[in-house]
Amino acid sequence: MLTGLTLTQARAGLTTRKFSARELAQAHLDAIARLNTALNAYITVLPEADVLASADAADARYAAGTAGIMDGLPIGVKDLFCTKGVRTTAASKMLADFVPPYESTVTANLLGAGAVFLGKTNLDEFAMGSANMSSAFGPTTNPWKRKGDEATALVPGGSSGGSSAAVAAGMALAATGTDTGGSIRQPAAYCGIVGLKPTYGRCSRWGTIAFASSLDQAGPMTRSVADAGLMLEAMAGFDAKDSTSSNRAVPQFHKAVGKSVKGLRVGIPAEYRAPGLSADVVAMWEQGIAWLKAAGCEVVDVSLPHTRYGLTTYYIIAPAECSSNLARYDGIRFGLRKDAPSLDGVYEATRAAGFGQEVRNRILMGTYVLSAGYYDAYYLKAQKVRTLIRRDFEQAFENVDVLLTPTAPSAAFAQGENMDDPVQMYLNDIFTVPASMAGVPALSVPVGLNEVGLPLGLQVIGKHFDEETVLSVGGALEAAAGFTHTPSIHAGAGA
Amino acid sequence: MSLDLATTRRIAKLARIGLEEHELEATRQKLNGILGWIDQLAEVDVTGVPPMVGTETETLRQREDKVTDGNSRDALLACAPETSGPFYTVPKVVE
Repeated sequence: MLTGLTLTQARAGLTTRKFSARELAQAHLDAIARLNTALNAYITVLPEADVLASADAADARYAAGTAGIMDGLPIGVKDLFCTKGVRTTAASKMLADFVPPYESTVTANLLGAGAVFLGKTNLDEFAMGSANMSSAFGPTTNPWKRKGDEATALVPGGSSGGSSAAVAAGMALAATGTDTGGSIRQPAAYCGIVGLKPTYGRCSRWGTIAFASSLDQAGPMTRSVADAGLMLEAMAGFDAKDSTSSNRAVPQFHKAVGKSVKGLRVGIPAEYRAPGLSADVVAMWEQGIAWLKAAGCEVVDVSLPHTRYGLTTYYIIAPAECSSNLARYDGIRFGLRKDAPSLDGVYEATRAAGFGQEVRNRILMGTYVLSAGYYDAYYLKAQKVRTLIRRDFEQAFENVDVLLTPTAPSAAFAQGENMDDPVQMYLNDIFTVPASMAGVPALSVPVGLNEVGLPLGLQVIGKHFDEETVLSVGGALEAAAGFTHTPSIHAGAGA
Repeated sequence: MSLDLATTRRIAKLARIGLEEHELEATRQKLNGILGWIDQLAEVDVTGVPPMVGTETETLRQREDKVTDGNSRDALLACAPETSGPFYTVPKVVE
């Protein structure tokens, strides 16, 4: 089944000419044609002729022996990465017709490594959300269903929900995501796939539509931990066009997977035993601890005392940065325009019509916390608490190599749940936000199903720029868990 | 701190988002719910703690002061919703 492979398996099959890049691409285009109406994972599917032409070029490189590390591998691209000549919407009415005249650095790197793009995946509008419900192009549906309840549509998580659903359902071998407060890891957990948020600075932000610039980070969403390492190698690297890009060398991340984790110290943060944590998640966490002990890790209790302020700090800093970043959508230079008699009127009409409710609310919140008289009480205070959160991690990492936590407090919930109270929705990111605030790398690995058959993920958090240890530990969890389940809606099912 | 209607109207104006009068109250309530929750930050003692700006993993660097891009006028104007010749258009601002 070509749509069920990992990147690593597909790369091996292409290298030995067991199948061609064209066959692989065609199988995925067929799966998308069959499943996208039900799942709405893609906002834009590339024209078949273009996809097959990229695949043919990859086949030629394999024949010539010049194939790159992602050569011929069909992937989805979150519709937040600008792609030259291909509509890029950020799932917003504001950019419904925006065709960028340039390519983002991350997607340019992937193209340079030979990847074949299938299309642009759905997301929460401007990546603001945890359920993919705020997309102006309609929600994405999770391909997983509760056992005995096929009728209830569940959310795929967010904001990279189209990417996670596409990878889980066999509509792409892997996909790019972006993570500002959990937008790669939480949807990966909800859809039973692997998601890696690298260290802030690993992947260039250039050409990725900005949400909160001090937090935004691109990363891979894949079916295996080794795949996450492989794809990150292709995505990462110094970029002079991003002032926060790191110029550290990019290691061969995939080689870290399978390395022994014997003797590594794994911290269990007491503060993550939060009230409201569902029993199945607690049990899976205990299981993960047991697996790592069996693999030779030393498990130690640690404390991250400012954990409970992570989310509140995030919901000051992220909206503040968003209000500044999204000021560019003024109806004049690109995107939607609504006419009015005055210049201010054009701005106001355009922004009222172009932004959905969640985006508007975050812009307004950000404007408020940055406005005269409130800046010190909210924004400056939040930046100081952010220092404390980062120090928590630095102190913990003096004693341990990685931290192990659940990725999300529950399994995927139903579409329409958690919609009335924004704070309730924000709580989905309670375990992912602190690592974002500190800028450290974090990985979600699928480790099992709960009693209604939905996937659960565990999160491995590491030191700045130490993705390799994170991947080694993630690989150990993956090997112990042996997660091979597939969702109800899948390219391989009933075909 | 809680938000009143006048402040809600003011920040909508600052953000240049044209809210209808009937949307203001719903927006005020939503934002107030979030602000009430955010107020728990008041209990954190940050005396002597410096603010974290960005994630501070890299120091800012300087680049050579030379043109590395350009001559993209037509490509950029092609993205604009309305143009006139080689110009963006806006409503008349000076009578």
